[in-house]
Amino acid sequence: MSIISVKNLTKKFGNKENAVLAVDDISFEVEKGEIFAFLGPNGAGKSTTIKMLTTILSVTSGTLVLDGNDVKKNPNEVRHSFGIVFQDPSLDDELTAYENMEFHGVLYGVPKKVRRERIEQLMQFVELWDRKDSLVKEFSGGMKRRLEIARGLLHHPKILFLDEPTLGLDPQTRNHMWDYLRELNKTEGITVFFTTHYMEEAEKIAGRIAIIDHGKIIMSGTSEELKKNTETKTLEEAFLKLTGKDIRKDEAGTIDRMRMGRRMWTRK
Amino acid sequence: MKTIYILWLRQLKRYFRSKSRIFGSLAQPLLFLLALGFGFGPVFQKAGEGNYLQFLVPGIIGMSIIFTSIFSGMEIIWDRQFGFLKETLVAPVPRFNIMIGRTFGGATVATMQGILVLILSLFLGFRPVSFMLILPAILMMFLSALLFTALGTAIASKLEDMQGFQMIINFLVMPLFFLSGAIFPLSGSGALAIVARFDPLSYSIDSLRVLLSNINNFGFGIDILVLSAVTLIFLGLGSYFFSKVQI
Repeated sequence: MSIISVKNLTKKFGNKENAVLAVDDISFEVEKGEIFAFLGPNGAGKSTTIKMLTTILSVTSGTLVLDGNDVKKNPNEVRHSFGIVFQDPSLDDELTAYENMEFHGVLYGVPKKVRRERIEQLMQFVELWDRKDSLVKEFSGGMKRRLEIARGLLHHPKILFLDEPTLGLDPQTRNHMWDYLRELNKTEGITVFFTTHYMEEAEKIAGRIAIIDHGKIIMSGTSEELKKNTETKTLEEAFLKLTGKDIRKDEAGTIDRMRMGRRMWTRK
Repeated sequence: MKTIYILWLRQLKRYFRSKSRIFGSLAQPLLFLLALGFGFGPVFQKAGEGNYLQFLVPGIIGMSIIFTSIFSGMEIIWDRQFGFLKETLVAPVPRFNIMIGRTFGGATVATMQGILVLILSLFLGFRPVSFMLILPAILMMFLSALLFTALGTAIASKLEDMQGFQMIINFLVMPLFFLSGAIFPLSGSGALAIVARFDPLSYSIDSLRVLLSNINNFGFGIDILVLSAVTLIFLGLGSYFFSKVQI
């Protein structure tokens, strides 16, 4: 039974004359309990797809069904079925690490006793327990990332989206995290949907991989199948063969411009 | 209910942690009280209007509330920028509850700021007509704070970045403040008095004047009626726009 079902999904940004096609008529299915990876160069449409799946971006056309609920029609029900670790920061800098965890737990309705236990366990796990009462703004980039991972695992959803979760993590934490996720996947049957730039990660962890470029899924299957179909030896070679060797331009979005502006605005 | 509480609590924690913001936003009201209160005091007295400070303080409390409220409401833009907004938007709770929690938090913060200005004014020589009426005055402050926080939320839900912020301050908050009769009596101000009727802040300040200084323009009943109605409209508008927010 597929827990994620995407049909003819399209996303256009901008108005009619100079619309940018970020996601171009893609369809795919993810089975319950599967670990599924999205690979693609910068700007391929990975994050845009995840944003639409997680109800925070409107869909231009196509249908998205998560755990039996239509994303467009019942966003509220859909939000009950997933958890997400975003690509870019999403912590409250003015709260402590513990408060960020607590906030998440309450929003996701994790009962108090379980919440307290899990917060401690997860913060030990990402080695931030001794810093639990520090404000997040004092944290380094890597510490923030670890906290976000811990927060994403606080409630046990049916589907867990991870958008480049290991970006900026050291290999120790990365391995640690994937072990934990595989365990969760096995014991609780959580479906994992992730994007990454690390080929070996996709190869080792994902059951199935979809390679996406210019808003289209070029090929999907197990890493063995991808290698076989492209007649290459490694997944990296297969990936490069399919997506070419050009370096992609990653345009600075409004968010980046705002961050610039913020530096000039802040109170400090 | 828990969602609303935790979002309310978050606003308060953020407020108490930024001491510079608390004191920083007291500077402007203090300056207005000193410069206007003592500068125009004698003229006001000569014109036979009585003690200017008694008249001015409710107006400056109103000013403090409108600035803090709209700013609190517009914190959504910061949250969007820092990415925290996403965290609340994907949570399995109705967006209405999120909006209500934030708005009540922002309004509580603005009310506290109003109370601080009231305390400050006591040191400058302001005397409320009765200390019994301070509690109802605080309730009116909260109602007004709710109104303007909801307005800030509605506007911020529509804005993508901080670029529009300065415009909102210059073209919305400043006119609302100066046209409200916060610093001058509306009676006998001709066309201004008519304009002021369309400014919700006029009613906030009028209600505070009734309770704190026993000066009345529209009538207390009208004040409550208008403020409640406009608050409901803005809450509706704010929650509608907030429910449409995209990242």
